[in-house]
Amino acid sequence: MEGKKVAKTKSCAVLPFVTFIVGFVGALVLGWWGFPKVLYSEKAQPIRFSHKIHVEDQGMDCEQCHSFREDGSYAGLPTTEQCAECHSEVMGEDPEEQKFVEEYVNQNREVGWLVYQKQPDNVYFSHIAHQDFECSECHLDVADTDTPPVFYENKLSGYSKNTMKMWQCERCHAQNGASNACYICHK
Amino acid sequence: MHIKEFKVKWGMVIDLDKCTGCGACMVACQAENNIAPVTDGSNKLRTLTWMLIYELSNGKDFPEHDIAYLPRPCMQCGKPSCSTVCPVVATTKDEEGGIVSQIYPRCIGCRYCMAACPYHARYFNWFDPVWPEGMEKTLNISTSVRPRGVVEKCTFCHHRFAAAKEKARAEGRDPMKLEEGEYIPACVEACPTGAIVFGDLNNPEHKVAKLARSKYAFRLLERLGTEPQVYYLSRREWVRRQADNYLENEKTKGE
Repeated sequence: MEGKKVAKTKSCAVLPFVTFIVGFVGALVLGWWGFPKVLYSEKAQPIRFSHKIHVEDQGMDCEQCHSFREDGSYAGLPTTEQCAECHSEVMGEDPEEQKFVEEYVNQNREVGWLVYQKQPDNVYFSHIAHQDFECSECHLDVADTDTPPVFYENKLSGYSKNTMKMWQCERCHAQNGASNACYICHK
Repeated sequence: MHIKEFKVKWGMVIDLDKCTGCGACMVACQAENNIAPVTDGSNKLRTLTWMLIYELSNGKDFPEHDIAYLPRPCMQCGKPSCSTVCPVVATTKDEEGGIVSQIYPRCIGCRYCMAACPYHARYFNWFDPVWPEGMEKTLNISTSVRPRGVVEKCTFCHHRFAAAKEKARAEGRDPMKLEEGEYIPACVEACPTGAIVFGDLNNPEHKVAKLARSKYAFRLLERLGTEPQVYYLSRREWVRRQADNYLENEKTKGE
């Protein structure tokens, strides 16, 4: 009688523990894996652009396509016209390049590139004020990728998962002694 | 209240004797700052005028009758009453240059700032802005549009300040030491009579700093102690007298 009672309390102590672990792990999986799956839709760029071919094989610099304008503003992504300076006709064997020339260059259309760091309309960012930093400190390091990274679009806000958050801007400004006044970054 | 001192203090001097009341500054402001076309100008709930021209009259009959026009942007006060009452820190005076900021996504639309501002320089969006089809192409990408439910005001075309700093950086110059005229708001650029002058009030070389010290210079409701960064000029005593609440026996400031 006595022994039976002890065994019963033992199993009673194990069961809640196991339930807790299962629930805890389950919650972690749901939060870290499941929820982002639901929240973000995965999108691919309209053209599978290879930075690797341009940077490594052709020896181009970032600035050749991503350049400043004369007034100090940043031109960002190159236009189809700029790309067509080389790609007016198909140069290689890549079917994606052929697609680009046929669908965009020949039809004089701009590519709807998905911008990983696109900021909301009320944010002002000056690239020239940050030109001493490496691009990859804020941007995804795409220089040696053959396929552009997956674009995770937040289904609720429509913004990219990689878009820098305000606290990240503020932290870096504070650490570097730059002003954190509202109008430094807002418009 | 603690006043932040800035090395650069952007300011405006408006010569009321030169102003003809043409309204070019108002139009330039609306176009520059993405203020949606007014559906009904007589409905004051629907008008947003960051820059507004008031008509002043000396109140006398014909041969002595005289009028003046007074353009009123945001005064960018040295001691802004709007920012101290904001419960969510959506409006501050913390940036070098002394322009009072207004962050629309942060604004909760309580309108305390509108009640606090003695110059009626703030406006509330009672409605979502609507651009008639095709007119959305006139939107300025440098300024954000505001939704229903937030307060907005003149920013001294702050985006032009940002652009001027970028240009200075591109040319290898110090962005905080802009030349006179490198950064001017749209209203200043549009004024056909040159009544509005813009520059750094702290830089004795700038025209605004000299004009602000003129004996004809005054500010609106100066004795409230808001320290506006917008000055007015008029040689006419009756115009200067309307800028503040003078007692009958008090002498008008200036001259």
